[in-house]
Amino acid sequence: MTPTTTAPTPAGARTRTSVGERIVEIVSDSGEGAQKAGQTFGTVCAKLGNGVWTVEIIPAEIKPPARSRAGASGIRVRFASREVTNRGERADLVVAFNEQVLYGRIDSGAYGPGTVVLLESKWAEDPQEEIRALYAEALADLRRLGLEVFELPMERACLEVVPDARVGKNMFVVGMLCEIFGRDLDKALEEVATVFRRKGEKVVASNQELLRRGAAFAAEQVPFAWEVPAHAIEGERLVMNGNQALGLGILAAGIETVAMYPITPATSVSHYLGRALPAVGGFLHQAEDEIAAIGFAIGASWAGKTAATITSGPGLALKTEFLGLAVMAEVPLVLIDVQRGGPSTGLPTKVEQGDLLAALYGATGDAPKIVIAPATIEECFHFVVLARRLAEEFRGPVVVLTDANLATGVAPIPRPKLDPTWFAPPLDQGPWPEGVAPYDWDLATGLSPRAIPGQRGGEYVLTGLAHTRNAKVAYDPRSNQEGCEMRSRKLAALATTLVPPVPHGADSGELLVVGWGSTLGAIEEAVDDLRREGRSVASLHLRFLSPLEPGLAEIFARFEKVMTVEINYSDAPDLPGIGPENRRRAQLALLLRERLLVDVDCWSAVRGQPFGPGEIAEAVRARLGAASSDRRGAA
Amino acid sequence: MFGLPADWSLEVPERYFTLESYDGGVARWCPGCGDFAVLSAVQRICRDEQIPPEKLAMISGIGCSSRFPHYMHAYGFHGLHGRALPVACGVKARRPDLHVWVTTGDGDCCSIGAGHWLHAARYNMDMVVMVFDNSIYGLTKKQTSPTTPLGVGTNTHPDGAFLPPLDVAQTTLGFPNVSFVARTVDWNPLHLAATLEAAYRHKGTSFVHILQRCPTYTPNVFDELRQNPDHTLLLTHPDGVAADEAVRRMYKNQLEHDPSDYGGAHRLADRREKLAIGLLYRNPSAPRLDSFSIRGLDLTREQRTAALERELDRFAV
Ligand SMILES: Cc1ncc(C[n+]2csc(CCOP(=O)(O)OP(=O)(O)O)c2C)c(N)n1
Ligand code: SF4
Ligand SMILES: [Mg+2]
Repeated sequence: MTPTTTAPTPAGARTRTSVGERIVEIVSDSGEGAQKAGQTFGTVCAKLGNGVWTVEIIPAEIKPPARSRAGASGIRVRFASREVTNRGERADLVVAFNEQVLYGRIDSGAYGPGTVVLLESKWAEDPQEEIRALYAEALADLRRLGLEVFELPMERACLEVVPDARVGKNMFVVGMLCEIFGRDLDKALEEVATVFRRKGEKVVASNQELLRRGAAFAAEQVPFAWEVPAHAIEGERLVMNGNQALGLGILAAGIETVAMYPITPATSVSHYLGRALPAVGGFLHQAEDEIAAIGFAIGASWAGKTAATITSGPGLALKTEFLGLAVMAEVPLVLIDVQRGGPSTGLPTKVEQGDLLAALYGATGDAPKIVIAPATIEECFHFVVLARRLAEEFRGPVVVLTDANLATGVAPIPRPKLDPTWFAPPLDQGPWPEGVAPYDWDLATGLSPRAIPGQRGGEYVLTGLAHTRNAKVAYDPRSNQEGCEMRSRKLAALATTLVPPVPHGADSGELLVVGWGSTLGAIEEAVDDLRREGRSVASLHLRFLSPLEPGLAEIFARFEKVMTVEINYSDAPDLPGIGPENRRRAQLALLLRERLLVDVDCWSAVRGQPFGPGEIAEAVRARLGAASSDRRGAA
Repeated sequence: MFGLPADWSLEVPERYFTLESYDGGVARWCPGCGDFAVLSAVQRICRDEQIPPEKLAMISGIGCSSRFPHYMHAYGFHGLHGRALPVACGVKARRPDLHVWVTTGDGDCCSIGAGHWLHAARYNMDMVVMVFDNSIYGLTKKQTSPTTPLGVGTNTHPDGAFLPPLDVAQTTLGFPNVSFVARTVDWNPLHLAATLEAAYRHKGTSFVHILQRCPTYTPNVFDELRQNPDHTLLLTHPDGVAADEAVRRMYKNQLEHDPSDYGGAHRLADRREKLAIGLLYRNPSAPRLDSFSIRGLDLTREQRTAALERELDRFAV
């Protein structure tokens, strides 16, 4: 075995090395419980006070054949002494139930030189010669690539406790991980009891036994040990993914009608709401299509019932016409778009931030609407609450953009303290004040009160046609101009209530990286790393995309160069045939250039994967080099 | 006197609504358009039923007929072409107290909105759906609609449509869980009103197929029917549309048809021989989505908050 730079403590010595963080993956064929193992271990770490980010590894097919290269199913657990906000890059440790699934992970860059693999060794003695050969070949490949492989008879050890290793291996692995990372075994045993409580005492006992055996097995067979120190945390924490956070946000906002049509990666919000929404007295409507879903939500909202619709790319495209109506007729609505790769059906399960411009400009005519983007799982919760209030106060649709990365990432967040003002106010059915028009626009803000069906004296006909403040259809030259001005003015009014964002890392310098949405954690981590290298870099993260947060021009002016980092397509500046005039830029960059007349550069990619801090740092280094040489050239 | 405020007498607990209470201003359809008759009939039913105008939700798509809500004094929603039904379902889902009337055209309902047509029938929420069938796209000036008869020239098919039309009532009858299908004609105001009244009374989605004259673009499509009442078959039944003496006198062809007879309804809906008017089918016990969607409306804020805390507990570590 060739020693590598990150070699763990050699066998025998087995001292515990303290590290700031570790990335662990458990991979297997689907149905072997790897995900449950990872979640259980992640929860134990979270309870001890580690920052944790877990993300499931899902094969493209629902049931891929066993031992197939692209069939990896499993989970990644990144945990650290500090808060973790993203999945990070290369794994440090992998527990693999077969060797073939490792190939797919290597292809996607999850493993590389120095990654330690604890590999199930039974395949070496498989009765089929072909399998033995594949195993031997893979072993050689892995070692050639610099992975450090330990072959372990995990399954055999499990069979001493349970008759079918497929149903027991996962808790055995949790036991191994607890031993490797010096986790308090009692905490893990408690967690196993919670996880299997509903399956009865016998199941709990056998899984606890597997956990103990796993720990003992690792103590004997694994020649290294790490420690990721944790800090006791204050206050209660909840562990959830971004979609569950959106669902809880809907409940906390008092949104009582949710209409949707199934679409990855947004569907799991509805899976959660299918049970939870009725529990708080609401109704989930699975409509016949996305158009009907938004129409249903708009109908409910017009009738005074808070409503949301949830979708992803292709669904957003279908909802466009209704979204325009909600703007035109000023109907409050929360539209959540869990972005996936596009255009068209695109990459259904993969992350992209490609819908920003569609959300902003997708409708025909001038359709100003509020667009916000949570950057963390915790913000997924709070931004729905915010969106509901904005929709009502500003009388129109609010688009909340999240993405597949937030949707699937699981992390602990502080338990929100519920605030009674989060709930929508009760339905107003009092008489409508006499003489007040249905669109009684305040000339300074464009805002107007809204009559709800049932309010005596407030009768009016909502229309998507151009209309006057009396809701009367009007084709005269003044009315449409006025309507457009009033709707646009609402965004300006909202912008005056926002505060400028605060750059991360430094207030001025050579380069400002600007991001939005789920890339926050990776960008800030990259900036921290770059600053440690002595680079003059900072970052700025935008939550409001429409209207934009104020003060950006002034912040940008303090940096020599501004560059967005986004998961959407842009032409790299050095591609053949690409120059400053025809270069197609990333979406936020386009928006910022237009608004601020600043030469905002961008670095973006659409590989269907979230960015790791390392590749962002690499891109920044490359651009900084170019920037410096540009300056030299100009001098 | 007796310490009562001087305007005591004005505090009338009962409100009485007249036809004017529902008048939303001058309707601007072409002279002779069949839509006027439907408007009058609906206003009369609202008056007869004494529905407070603020409790009316008049919802439509886009088309000549979909201008309907503008001419009512009521809450109205004149939305998107083909999309009246999803909006209406969203309104009814959580507002059982509102009376929902949907206006939709043959293009609006049977072409661009056809998917919603089927599903709204299946959801069977309590509302009246009036399908204004003038056999043409009126608002966009005479294009072929799914109900344009063969041989009628339009701007898109000057020599007439290639394919035979669909019939609104017959197609609606084929939808799963459909609970009420009736047919009437705008030129018989008594039958029109009686049909809409029966639709209003039915608890569920009541589809009313209204043959509607468009003197501007399809002036002759109903000539035969109008000139010779013998082409019409009046359906009668104690559970059906109440047929006035005057109506009975108009049509010599009459048939007592039990609206619970689904197979009979299908046969009668076929227009090849005669145009059957009246109630074709009614199933008062078809399940209604709005009986599920209103669940939880009675929860108090305290109960909702407690349920929410329990939801948060589920994620606690
Ligand atoms: C998405 C969309 N496509 C097309 C139109 C144009 N359009 C308006 S009304 C209409 C047809 C109306 O025909 P029908 O529904 O039969 O109503 P009528 O005017 O005959 O009452 C069309 C095609 C539109 N408004 N929106
Ligand atoms: S075009 Fe036809 S349907 Fe439209 S208003 Fe005129 S007569 Fe009525
Ligand atoms: Mg028509």
